[in-house]
Amino acid sequence: MIGALASSPPLASIGGALEFIFTPQTSNVTGGKTVGGIDQVIELTLNQLELTVLALALSVVIAMPIGLYLGHRGTGELFATVIGNAGRAIPELALIAFMAALIGVGVLNLTLALAILGIPPLLTNSFVGIHQVDRSAVDAARGMGMTEFEILRKVEIPLAIPTLFAGIRSATIAIVATATIAPIAGVLTLGDFIINQNVYGDNGVLAGAILVALLALTLEFSLAALQRRLTSKGLKLNPA
Amino acid sequence: MANPALIAAVGEVGKGFIHERTSETLPCQATDKLFCWGWASEHINRYETPTLQHLELVAISVLIGFVIAFALALLAHRHHWLQPPLLAGTGVLYTIPSVAFFFLLLPLTGRGEDTAIIALSAYTLQIIFRNTMIGFANVPRAVVDAARGMGQTDRQVLWRVELPLALPEIFAGLQVATVSTVAIATLAAFAGGGGLGEPILKGGISFKTNLILAGGITFLIAVSFGLILFALQRLLTPWRRVTQT
Repeated sequence: MIGALASSPPLASIGGALEFIFTPQTSNVTGGKTVGGIDQVIELTLNQLELTVLALALSVVIAMPIGLYLGHRGTGELFATVIGNAGRAIPELALIAFMAALIGVGVLNLTLALAILGIPPLLTNSFVGIHQVDRSAVDAARGMGMTEFEILRKVEIPLAIPTLFAGIRSATIAIVATATIAPIAGVLTLGDFIINQNVYGDNGVLAGAILVALLALTLEFSLAALQRRLTSKGLKLNPA
Repeated sequence: MANPALIAAVGEVGKGFIHERTSETLPCQATDKLFCWGWASEHINRYETPTLQHLELVAISVLIGFVIAFALALLAHRHHWLQPPLLAGTGVLYTIPSVAFFFLLLPLTGRGEDTAIIALSAYTLQIIFRNTMIGFANVPRAVVDAARGMGQTDRQVLWRVELPLALPEIFAGLQVATVSTVAIATLAAFAGGGGLGEPILKGGISFKTNLILAGGITFLIAVSFGLILFALQRLLTPWRRVTQT
């Protein structure tokens, strides 16, 4: 037993991971290839951010108009709910791999695959957010002579901001988390450190995990701060 | 027989992910076909062990997550000042991407099933905790006051009044947590935790039949769990069926 413990490969340490992040080192597998270091970290972080922003933008463009329209009309509740629930049941790994097999590898294709993960929370939240808006506020707006589009833009959307934003946050987190496994579909993100242990070593894996966690938390906290700034003052005074 | 260019593509794209590429799987693996029925019917038993592992991972993780989150919710229900820090804490655990979480545990628990279970349980905490709190908050004050007026102790109010009335929200949380965990547990394969992600990683991204089978089984498990929990909630809260609009 003790022998087995002693012979197990050395696992990562925080110190080793930090060293990996800041100083380039020679990979012990690929024969002299330099890995790690702040330059590679920045490059992969930017790749992951680019992929996340593209996929998020695509899913917002697809899902939000549908959700806002259905919420405004008050129809399609079943549709919004089913899409939202089915979305959670999609195994990310299979989705990414399957989309890559179907339409090929690369940033554009991966953007499509990741956008699929952003659509369910965006659709459900835009529907629920708009649908929940106090009907008397909508009736008052209509009585003031606003057109349907004005009602949506000036009354429903501002009142639904917290819910709409919660949808954007969920979608962002789902997309950035899954962009971690993008290297299996040919796009190098921070997940490459995690997935290709044979190249980066265990310290690289831990470094990747730390960086991915930091990236997701940074995005989440920035969006939460942005949400507070965008929520109208009146809504903040009377939290429902 | 098999297209050599495609085999080359398999090797290029899926590098590092094809550990076993035996000659029997190659013809199907290297075809353009979306789904080889022949291969699927012959090799369906390959998915038995990963499926059982997957179910085990999900069951244990959700159970642990539920026990912890529920205990935290009871605690926060009694001591309200605990709510914000617990929400923030579980929120951080929820935000950390699962793939990263598995490997943050690398220096502590290494690779394997235990690591996967810890990360997956941590992921469920936020959903179950938040929903349980919402459930308690939604219990009408008047009902609680009535129970007090009937002479019930705090403990009786909690277990006989508040908890049953909060069941729909608690179940909704359990349902979301379970369904998400089924999907996310495919990532446990990266950390050596087994499950249905393993055949996906082993087969590589060009092997569509394998991807459809493993992904499809996962999706079906998630949907079935979702429906079972929904049915269970309806069974446990018969009064809801009457008042539901």
